[in-house]
Amino acid sequence: MSGLMAGKRGLIMGLANDKSLAWGIAKQLSAHGAELAFTYQGEALAKRVKPLAEQLGSDFTFPCDVSDMDALDEAFATLKARWETIDFVVHAIGFSDKNELRGKYVDTSLDNFLMTMNISAYSLVAVANRASAMMPPLKGDGTGGGSILTLTYYGAEKVIPHYNVMGVAKAALETSVQYLANDLGPANIRVNAISAGPIKTLAASGIGDFRYILKWNELNSPLRRNVTIEDVGGAGLYLLSDLSSGVTGETHHVDAGYHVVGMKQEDAPDIALD
Amino acid sequence: MSDTADRVQKIVVEHLGVESDKVTQDASFIDDLGADSLDIVELVMAFEEEFGVEIPDDAAEKISTVGDATRYIEEHKG
Repeated sequence: MSGLMAGKRGLIMGLANDKSLAWGIAKQLSAHGAELAFTYQGEALAKRVKPLAEQLGSDFTFPCDVSDMDALDEAFATLKARWETIDFVVHAIGFSDKNELRGKYVDTSLDNFLMTMNISAYSLVAVANRASAMMPPLKGDGTGGGSILTLTYYGAEKVIPHYNVMGVAKAALETSVQYLANDLGPANIRVNAISAGPIKTLAASGIGDFRYILKWNELNSPLRRNVTIEDVGGAGLYLLSDLSSGVTGETHHVDAGYHVVGMKQEDAPDIALD
Repeated sequence: MSDTADRVQKIVVEHLGVESDKVTQDASFIDDLGADSLDIVELVMAFEEEFGVEIPDDAAEKISTVGDATRYIEEHKG
């Protein structure tokens, strides 16, 4: 393996299990020489994240609840106590009440709207604020800065059945990527998002009729397949390494091309909900 | 034991890291096998993948023992 990430250190937030998009990205980063730290939320996720971190040679895991600003401060203090600087962050976090990820958006409650926006969109701002303060200052030779990556979905751009308030939160997330990219650009800190096609993860299990969404994408995307966490991992490596040194503020689609399609493919059969 | 029961048992043993003799049809995932709520979601996903069945949320909520899972899969697999 090449040393694309040799000498770079970063934080992975939002890993849940070996189906996670964050796992696809973490594996690629590690294979290319990056040193990784991981945060988890609560004990149920701790027992999943720790063995995965170990697989990649990392014993640096600690709790972080991104909806609690004091907890975020504490997590970044834990990070800084061991690593003076970091070069990248992967933000793979989103949450909504799954009872509102079915049915109609018009029925969204205020409480769930605010919680979903807080955890799924504002958390990137809060993380970028703290992470950017730990990234090496830009020097005269052009070194320094860093890269921040988040994960989004096409439901931010167009209506996807049942994605509802999460689509609205992802739209806020994608726009936050642009504003953060502009704020942090002078420090050579790049901020980008991967808009991944549907993948059956723990998070996706909360979305109504997800199997139908998967099948539709498989039949109607230009590549006529669904994407894998390995596809996402490759794109993540690009966006977090110097290969993408001129790229910021971008929402990069890793969706087998689905976002360019305007209607059902001629060769796609009619499908129904199971 | 039926083929389905065998395969269910194997998945549960692998996922929860428990001894196979503890994974009886009467065993409760949470009370007897130490599963948490995320384990249940992950097990349901593993069953769906292994057997090609869909286990919707309302059905998944009723699955509390290994036997419940085996019966649901036997009744719904293609």
